Amino acid sequence: MPEILSVSQVTLQIKRLLENEQALQQVWVSGEISNFTLHSSGHMYFTLKDEASRLRAVMFRRENQWLKFRPYDGLEVVVCGRIGVYPKNGEYQLYVDLMEAAGKGSLYLAFEQLKERLAQEGLFAPERKKPLPRLPRKIGVITSPTGAAVRDIIKILRRRHARVDILVIPAQVQGDTAPASLVAALQAAGSLRDLDLVIIGRGGGSAEELWAFNDEGVARAIAACPHPVISAVGHETDFTIADLVADLRAPTPSGAAELSVPEINELRNQIKLYTDNLHALFSRVCAQKRAQSDRLSFHPALQHPDRLILTRRQQVDEGKEELVRQMKVALQERRKDLQQKMEQLDMLSPLAVLNRGYSICFRDTDGKLVREAAEVDHGDVLRITFRRGQLRTKVEEVKKDVTTWAKK
Amino acid sequence: MGEKITEKTFEEALARLEFIIGELEKGELNLDESLKLFEEGIGLARHCNAKLDEAQGRVELLLGTEDGVAKTTPFQPEEE
Repeated sequence: MPEILSVSQVTLQIKRLLENEQALQQVWVSGEISNFTLHSSGHMYFTLKDEASRLRAVMFRRENQWLKFRPYDGLEVVVCGRIGVYPKNGEYQLYVDLMEAAGKGSLYLAFEQLKERLAQEGLFAPERKKPLPRLPRKIGVITSPTGAAVRDIIKILRRRHARVDILVIPAQVQGDTAPASLVAALQAAGSLRDLDLVIIGRGGGSAEELWAFNDEGVARAIAACPHPVISAVGHETDFTIADLVADLRAPTPSGAAELSVPEINELRNQIKLYTDNLHALFSRVCAQKRAQSDRLSFHPALQHPDRLILTRRQQVDEGKEELVRQMKVALQERRKDLQQKMEQLDMLSPLAVLNRGYSICFRDTDGKLVREAAEVDHGDVLRITFRRGQLRTKVEEVKKDVTTWAKK
Repeated sequence: MGEKITEKTFEEALARLEFIIGELEKGELNLDESLKLFEEGIGLARHCNAKLDEAQGRVELLLGTEDGVAKTTPFQPEEE
């Protein structure tokens, strides 16, 4: 009778077999990630595959919290872990302790991913950049107090502007604790009202040594800083997330010092030049105005005001004479006009006719002018007007049909 | 214009000074206006110079902050 095992017993045997195999307990595996899921518990589940095979894998939160980049489907990785069996599913899988991105590497990937995320949030937008003060009075310098960077910065600030106040805000600039230290320093700088400008940086180093300046927390702390921030990380060729968030990127710490303060002597010269300009310009204005007022004061009107009055008086006299003359002419014309009108009137007047020997006949009863004999009857009383005097007369005879020369 | 010259930042004072010089260069102002601008300009130049002398040239190391007040100690960088 063969021994009959339960499923659990078989699974346990397989588990022991696999998990006692030293070669599988710390194994490096390269492959492409697929079916990646990030569980709400924070654990990562995925499959590693190559052309021929697949390998289930899990990376627990405890391990993946140190990952600088976020894995995704299609990403080529190299992982290190141990093979184990998950009895419940009857599956063997790789428990991943470490993961590195293949190709350009994990740091590069993490950099690109963070850069893209922050860019989408608008943290690098030009309109977020604060303008730098032209003449800062006090500058905060966040860096290692023992490094070369702080020495360079102070030296150059001094040379350009001997009187600028410098506050060194010490921070660790490399290592695991550097990001937190930089964030704390940025927050301290932000709480100090009397700072006009902050320089944050360090001297050159390897990509790993500069890594703190690619930290998301540091980037956000720079963005949140109320003072303008100049980043100065490593050498000219080193680009970090901090550089992208900062209001200005300086190629080096020395460069940051040069960008942050003006050559004080240049400024003094400029102000001197402006003052000279002001005096010259104002003198010019004064000279112009004086010339103007001189020109005016030599004007004959101001030199001999009495002449002006004499001339005016003469003009008034002349005007008066002219007025009288004009009035006479006008009067004469009116008179002539009137004469003419009177003559015309005269010609039309019935009185003029009487002058020529005619007389006018009215009916006495109603005063109506009599033009024809037919308008009166025998016995009517007529009034006849002559050039001088009137007659009242009675009609004795009416001859209606006697033709006269007058037209009908 | 409204605010006092002494309340201006260095940038504001310098910008105003440059503006005033531009106005005077145009030469379109009457004497009263010119005189007023000239006097303001001289005041601004004086203020700019005062601002240049305002800082004291201190170098300090921050030891910590308390309610926005810095605790510091004089600082001398290590020689190379």
